[in-house]
Amino acid sequence: MAGAGGGGNDVQWCFSQVKGAIDDDVAEADIISTVEFNHSGELLATGDKGGRVVIFQQELESKNQPQCRGEYNVYSTFQSHEPEFDYLKSLEIEEKINKIRWLPQKNAAQFLLSTNDKTIKLWKISERDKRPEGYNLKEEDGRYRDPTTVTTLRVPVFHPMDLMVEASPRRVFANAHTYHINSISVNSDCETYLSADDLRINLWNLEITDRSFNIVDIKPANMEELTEVITAAEFHPNQCNTFVYSSSKGTIRLCDMRASALCDQHSKLFEEPEDPSNRSFFSEIISSISDVKFSHSGRYMMTRDYLTVKIWDLNMESRPVETYQVHEYLRSKLCSLYENDCIFDKFECCWNGNDSVVMTGSYNNFFRMFDRGYRQDVTLEASRESSKPRSVLKPRKVCTGGKRKKDEISVDSLDFNKKILHTAWHPQDNIIAVATTNNLYIFQDRL
Amino acid sequence: MSEEIEGTKTTEETVVNDQNEMDDKVTSPEKVEEAKLKARYPNLGHKPGGSDLLRKRLTKGQKYFDSGDYNMAKAKVKNKQLPAATSEKSGGGEITGDHIPTPQDLPQRKPSLVASKLAG
Repeated sequence: MAGAGGGGNDVQWCFSQVKGAIDDDVAEADIISTVEFNHSGELLATGDKGGRVVIFQQELESKNQPQCRGEYNVYSTFQSHEPEFDYLKSLEIEEKINKIRWLPQKNAAQFLLSTNDKTIKLWKISERDKRPEGYNLKEEDGRYRDPTTVTTLRVPVFHPMDLMVEASPRRVFANAHTYHINSISVNSDCETYLSADDLRINLWNLEITDRSFNIVDIKPANMEELTEVITAAEFHPNQCNTFVYSSSKGTIRLCDMRASALCDQHSKLFEEPEDPSNRSFFSEIISSISDVKFSHSGRYMMTRDYLTVKIWDLNMESRPVETYQVHEYLRSKLCSLYENDCIFDKFECCWNGNDSVVMTGSYNNFFRMFDRGYRQDVTLEASRESSKPRSVLKPRKVCTGGKRKKDEISVDSLDFNKKILHTAWHPQDNIIAVATTNNLYIFQDRL
Repeated sequence: MSEEIEGTKTTEETVVNDQNEMDDKVTSPEKVEEAKLKARYPNLGHKPGGSDLLRKRLTKGQKYFDSGDYNMAKAKVKNKQLPAATSEKSGGGEITGDHIPTPQDLPQRKPSLVASKLAG
């Protein structure tokens, strides 16, 4: 079972890099809230609770070490969102970045969407590596020359300069959400994107900020009748008319924008039947879907609820085709997990490049990978102890009862403050980014 | 003699009962957890995950202005001169009761001026 999870042969995951402070005293602002690779995998963006975005760029593979993939180093960092106070509603608006989504690259610049609870922003990240010198009317330091002193003319010339990466906000999409935005998703048409809050989903054109179309509205006429909220939404990877949204009741609805302007009527409803005799106080809470992700192929989608990861075939609504237990041993701890609010933790999930392996986080800085083809799973840990360069990660095991073997950890010893909520997989290679509370780990398979 | 036999019977019954309880635990750890929760919080609503939890989620971030505090503070001020902001109340302390809050008093949520440690 060692090293399972890479599509076939035993992949061995090795530590590559870790970013962030080592000290245990974590400032709120440093808590990582989202991680996302761009479409080529060359760039890796993180957002944090302090509203900041940090983008890492993969170095080109060095000729000296052909066995190593390039390292990720800081490329750009900027303050995306700031805290706000809505005086009219007495509402504090957190600057925490909920999601970052990259646009496919069209020209030399890179574009990404970042969102907090209320406002989405389109950022342009561009490089500047040359500057014009030799103006006729200006000195080199920018001061204007006295025109009467100009006796000859020259043509300004571009000279190379140290690379400067600039991030500038190109669009601000504001005032369209009454409730808290949980998802944004760029459409495959590269012209539109959706933003989803607890009760509504809006469709935007990337060029237009003063108008947004509401495409889903599940707000009941009487709020006393509220039974479920939207938890995540995503566009289909290649059908630009199709999107899905998940709910706090564990259902997923697939909508077709060609059917009608308002997609309150779903085209498909994915729901796993539940045995009513097993129902408990916790059933609905743990069935709430915290993340939904289409496979790269567009044929499947994956959902994450509190204890499991489920793979659904878009052609079959009645039940998932695969279910993976992330940490089933927590089922007998639900009472304490409810009391300390951990039961409401929102874990994300992701696919590898060829949809053969899925990954999600857990507690104690553990994360899990499930190889769909080989039916293998592995638990790994993101910790400073196993962060020697290129050291192979040792699979971890949680002891669920009876005698604890050496190297196993018992359920009661798990640290529930060390949660891995955000993970990302490089679109092509076996490189993963795993966020602990305030550190970003990068692991690669051993070449 | 008969007492002894009865004694033995009771032991057997106890063993059988324990087995049933264990079976329940094995078949539904969730229900055991639910019982624990209800024992600790008997007033817990019977609509699990329903309106209450959802509405709490929807109103996250709501800050309330306490008109009671405000009116009491106004009443106090009428009777004596406006008190200079005492050092305990200003800055770090919570603004309740004596002091009439103004926008300047609200704890300012400043954006992070420090660069992210990930970029360090």
